Amino acid sequence: MSIAAAQKRSFGAVLWDYLTTVDHKKIAHLYLFGGGFFFLLGGLEAMIIRIQLIKPENDFVSAGFYNEVLTMHGTTMIFLAAMPLLLGLMNAAVPLQIGARDVAFPFLNSLGFWLFLFGGLMLNCSWFLGGAPDAGWTAYTPLSTTSPGHGVDYYVIGLQIAGAGTLIGGINFLVTIINMRAPGMTFMRMPLFSWTTFITSTLILFAFPALTIGLFLLMFDRMFGSAFFDVGLGGNTIIWQHLFWIFGHPEVYILVLPAFGIFSDVFSTFSKKRLFGYTAMVFATILIAFLGFMVWAHHMFTVGLGPVANSIFAIATMAIAVPTGIKIFNWLATMWGGSISINTTMLWALGFIPTFTIGGMTGVMVASVVADYQYHDTYFVVAHFHYVLVGGTVFGIMAGLHYWWPKMFGRVLNEAMGKLTFWTFFIGFHLTFFIQHFLGLMGMPRRYWVFLEDQGLDLGNLISTIGAFFMAFGVIVFLYNAIYTAVKGEQAPNDPWDGRTLEWAIASPPPHYNFKQTPLTRGLDPLWIEKREGKGEITPAEPLGDIHMPNSSFLPFMMSLGLFIAGFGFIYQVNHNWAYVLLFGGMAITLVSMMIRSLKDDHGYHIPKEELEGEAD
Amino acid sequence: MSHDQSLNPETMPNEPEKATLEGKNKFLGFWFFLGGETVLFASLFGTFIALRHSTAGGPSADELFGLELVFIMTMLLLTSSLTSVYAVYHMRNNNFKKMQLWFGITAILGFAFLACEIYEFTHYITEYGFTFRSSAFGSAFYTLVGFHGGHVTFGLAWLIGLMLRNAKRGLNLYNAPKYYTFSLYWHFIDVIWVFIFTVVYLMGKVG
Repeated sequence: MSIAAAQKRSFGAVLWDYLTTVDHKKIAHLYLFGGGFFFLLGGLEAMIIRIQLIKPENDFVSAGFYNEVLTMHGTTMIFLAAMPLLLGLMNAAVPLQIGARDVAFPFLNSLGFWLFLFGGLMLNCSWFLGGAPDAGWTAYTPLSTTSPGHGVDYYVIGLQIAGAGTLIGGINFLVTIINMRAPGMTFMRMPLFSWTTFITSTLILFAFPALTIGLFLLMFDRMFGSAFFDVGLGGNTIIWQHLFWIFGHPEVYILVLPAFGIFSDVFSTFSKKRLFGYTAMVFATILIAFLGFMVWAHHMFTVGLGPVANSIFAIATMAIAVPTGIKIFNWLATMWGGSISINTTMLWALGFIPTFTIGGMTGVMVASVVADYQYHDTYFVVAHFHYVLVGGTVFGIMAGLHYWWPKMFGRVLNEAMGKLTFWTFFIGFHLTFFIQHFLGLMGMPRRYWVFLEDQGLDLGNLISTIGAFFMAFGVIVFLYNAIYTAVKGEQAPNDPWDGRTLEWAIASPPPHYNFKQTPLTRGLDPLWIEKREGKGEITPAEPLGDIHMPNSSFLPFMMSLGLFIAGFGFIYQVNHNWAYVLLFGGMAITLVSMMIRSLKDDHGYHIPKEELEGEAD
Repeated sequence: MSHDQSLNPETMPNEPEKATLEGKNKFLGFWFFLGGETVLFASLFGTFIALRHSTAGGPSADELFGLELVFIMTMLLLTSSLTSVYAVYHMRNNNFKKMQLWFGITAILGFAFLACEIYEFTHYITEYGFTFRSSAFGSAFYTLVGFHGGHVTFGLAWLIGLMLRNAKRGLNLYNAPKYYTFSLYWHFIDVIWVFIFTVVYLMGKVG
């Protein structure tokens, strides 16, 4: 499908196309737009926090509103911005990297996106319907069970819907990577981004159900009068903390491992070298994921689990520094002696290494139990996790966006603006968060609405807020760059970066069936092998034939919409009888859509061979 | 590759549930889904074990549970798992009628189990005043056992939908994976019940 043909279609046709699409490349666009929108919201909330803290005893916002803003900033950035943006990049790149025509479950792929979007909208509806959740992104009980109003109810229902979508996405990528790899694409020839997607999906699969149950228990306590966290009836509030962090700690690896994969591909491509220690990189990823499941209690050192439990979790936590260190050294060794070209993508990757290393170092510091009693709930912890989550995940997303933008949208992002974004964001980031280590060490607690003057906190907070404005400027330049590129950007060639992996062997953007003929992989970095042998293109593994494609469907949208409506029913049935109409009506929409999906046969369609012969490569 | 026609016994592959790429994907994806479900139930079991003595002055597990009814329920569900094995055996032999028959028996046993569970819950509520809201133990008990019961209910609706939808057109490579994933699901909720029997009822009476 050529660009010219796409431009002729009406707005309604394009909208309907995106509402019903099951094409992983279009779902990637949806994830990027959805995640990008929530990233801007979360950024706005961050700016409100920093403006409130610009001077002592500020009254820019009220204390209650401040609680809502900091809760929604964390929740939005983790669940509605970072994860969907990563899922967007996975959808855009992974099927192409392994030589597949689509994912294993195109329908579920679309369902996963719509569940995420409606869950996110649900959460943010709370702003307009009586106030947002205000118990922190961790929603510790009993603060969350006793929080008045419906704010925390929106947190529970919104995350439940969005979480279901993520779980579906995880299963989809697991099966895609196991079953859909092209001939010759063995596991140990997969690009690192595909590998980290695979491991991340495993983490999603085994971590998210713990959150699902935690949210159910919280929902039952708040909406149906159960007593899980009600100490008066024998309940136990620590159960929430365990369930939340059994999910929550793997979650941070869900956020950072895909970024590691992106950086691995980027370093290798722009150093014109095979990734150093490929096998070690793969096993380090697996080891991080494995250890990631047995360190959750390091978030609970001050709860009082006892010295034995605390010591075990402290040692397990410190052990994670080993595979992470392996990765840092392998990235450095990949660049060593390479023919390095520095562009915006590479700048984000280069900026990541020192930033993330600082975050890792403070990670080992907070992993030490005795010291953690001092760091706990101070700005030191805030600084630590922003160094790993922004320095790791956000830098990774930005690198990935610049790297795959030509493949996703057919245009190359403007370099000058890209560099301006990087430098303002990078400097702004360190201005904002480096000083927060010291604010924390001086005793400034996190989540407090105001601080008193002349306690040595004034200047540090002012510097931190100035840094936040630099970051906001960088993001605005990036947005302008995206729009400018869409209107005036240069047309992307198939292989703008002299790439090494399969996605660069096909058109930018790829045709909807990806590969006219399934590609044959002859080793790690398959395209590079063909380039070195002077061929420059991938050998097909099959003769030209009919291609089987899945049908589009509006049902994923309807299923998610039904749950969205039913969510309001669950929230308001506590004190309004009319809410049962929404509850049963919404569930009926979802269940009927599921029945239609189940009972109506859907065999997909075939693109005939004759039609393919007419298309250019 | 067309896979919507009914195949005769001579050409039906040995494992029709895994003969197509769609079937293979469903098979593997469903195993992963059950992996996630395991964590889901593990979280519920953990919560239950933490709260099982928190009766808040209400009836305890020892006073409530009668092993006779629970034994009957266990036998019903274990037998239904066995009959679903027979059904899959007939699916592999491409004997659609017998497969439907054994799946039908599976459904009847599932309904009998569900009826016992509804009777059990009503009994606790009316005779003992032991409810979802009366204590943390009550909340944990009804949530864990109720989640399992909800899985049984969903499974029955799924099975009946499958059987009615395909009653007239027989077995083919499009619906064989659907029947097979159902049987995986049914075994899974059977295994969960074995753990519930042990952790909730046996440990409640003895532990």
